[in-house]
Amino acid sequence: MQANTIQNRPIIEVKELSKTYPGRVEALRNVNLSIPRGQLTTLLGPSGCGKTTLLKIIAGLLNKTEGNVFINGQPVNGPGPERAFVFQDFALLPWCTVLRNVAFGLELRGVPGKQRNEIAMKYIDEVGLTGFEKAYPYELSGGMRQRVGLARALAVDAEILLMDEPFASVDEQTRRKFQEDLLNLLKIEKKTVVFVTHSIEEAVYVSDQVALLGPRPGRIMRVINTRLDHAENVEDIRRDQRYLNLVEDLWQILRQYLI
Amino acid sequence: MIIFGRRIPMIFALLIWLLVWEAIGRAELLFLIPPFADVVRAMFKLLATGKFYQAVSVSFIAFSTGMMISISIGIPLGILMGRVRFIDELLGMWVNVFVSAPLTAIVPALMVLTGFGQTTVIVTVILFSVWIITLDTRAGVRNINPSLLEMGRSFGANKLQLYTKVIFKAALPEILAGLRLGLIRGVRGVIVGQLLIAIIGLGELFELYSRSFLMDRFWALVIMIFLFAYMISEAVNHLEKRIEFWASTR
Repeated sequence: MQANTIQNRPIIEVKELSKTYPGRVEALRNVNLSIPRGQLTTLLGPSGCGKTTLLKIIAGLLNKTEGNVFINGQPVNGPGPERAFVFQDFALLPWCTVLRNVAFGLELRGVPGKQRNEIAMKYIDEVGLTGFEKAYPYELSGGMRQRVGLARALAVDAEILLMDEPFASVDEQTRRKFQEDLLNLLKIEKKTVVFVTHSIEEAVYVSDQVALLGPRPGRIMRVINTRLDHAENVEDIRRDQRYLNLVEDLWQILRQYLI
Repeated sequence: MIIFGRRIPMIFALLIWLLVWEAIGRAELLFLIPPFADVVRAMFKLLATGKFYQAVSVSFIAFSTGMMISISIGIPLGILMGRVRFIDELLGMWVNVFVSAPLTAIVPALMVLTGFGQTTVIVTVILFSVWIITLDTRAGVRNINPSLLEMGRSFGANKLQLYTKVIFKAALPEILAGLRLGLIRGVRGVIVGQLLIAIIGLGELFELYSRSFLMDRFWALVIMIFLFAYMISEAVNHLEKRIEFWASTR
């Protein structure tokens, strides 16, 4: 019974969260959001709506001004091992090989070399970079670099993946392939994912739940459950009538906030 | 170099200038410039004297001691200035003044503090080299992509790990550039220190040769010091080349 309540409880709870940057720029106002365990939640909104700010507060990389973020019921006071971050600009160490980059989180935790390389190799394989483990980031394309970033986040075995516009810096075809691969990967790796994007199609395609943010100051306008079955063949989702309708619905809501 | 449509190795430019030197020397146009062949002969003669090695070792000890202190102050100070705003604002002005100040003018004033001996030379080396190392290190730390720092923190790096595994490495290209410039300035510092105050080491030889118009030995010494500075610079350059593959694509 006890275990059941924990399982049903949202893994991340954002409560009355506000963030004002120095210089009185109000980035977030009174944000409330529950993120269910094992699902992918997207923070969707136009640029300047504070979605990255919200993600970085959840990550513990930014301080909040008011309110609280709870992870498994515990308030967030900084980064923690149950959360792993995937960066928009990949944030790879340019002087390290793919293998060492993927193992970097484990290296920081003091996992012995042999063991962390074994773990890293497993995830390099999972993201489809087998054979590139000795390559350096400058030798890889944008899409491949982000696969390294994803493998690094998976390697530390966190419950929660925080992804900040992970596919924004890669080209359209690579992005689509990456989105499909991500969904397939999440079938194996049971993770809770918080995903920031400004692309409506991307949000609907990858999400179980979409949180719409309005701009200046950022607040949650609406939370929508996509009810798309991601366990189905990922290539069929884009033809699903429900997917197409949702994309259109979200656009109708978001267009009000644009000038 | 291309002459009459043919590629000619750069070393020929050097050869041409050496020939010009030789010609001026032979023509006895200037007593300051003896024939180059005489300079080479003087160089071999110098290399055979014990006095030369004594001078070199005195100078080298001053140089290496000064540089070690310079590096172990300059790099941490630069990193601190790059990271801590307060320290940067407090010291930034002075570092910028000293990096471009005519330090030679200050050196005689050091006598009052440190006397006439080796200490003054070491202090001169530090005074000449530490500022550029500090400034370049600071620039390197300032240049670090902020998301690398966020990455380190989010994957659980403690302060020490953040500095050793992320910040120092990411600033390494600029640190090495500063080191190369600092070492060259340090060579200048030894000679200036030994010439102006403590008349010891190579400075003493310089003083002796120029006062007694032994111009062939004088130039032999100049060339050897130049070669030494060039070799140090190339050594650091070699290190820089080893990290160039990623430094140029940051």
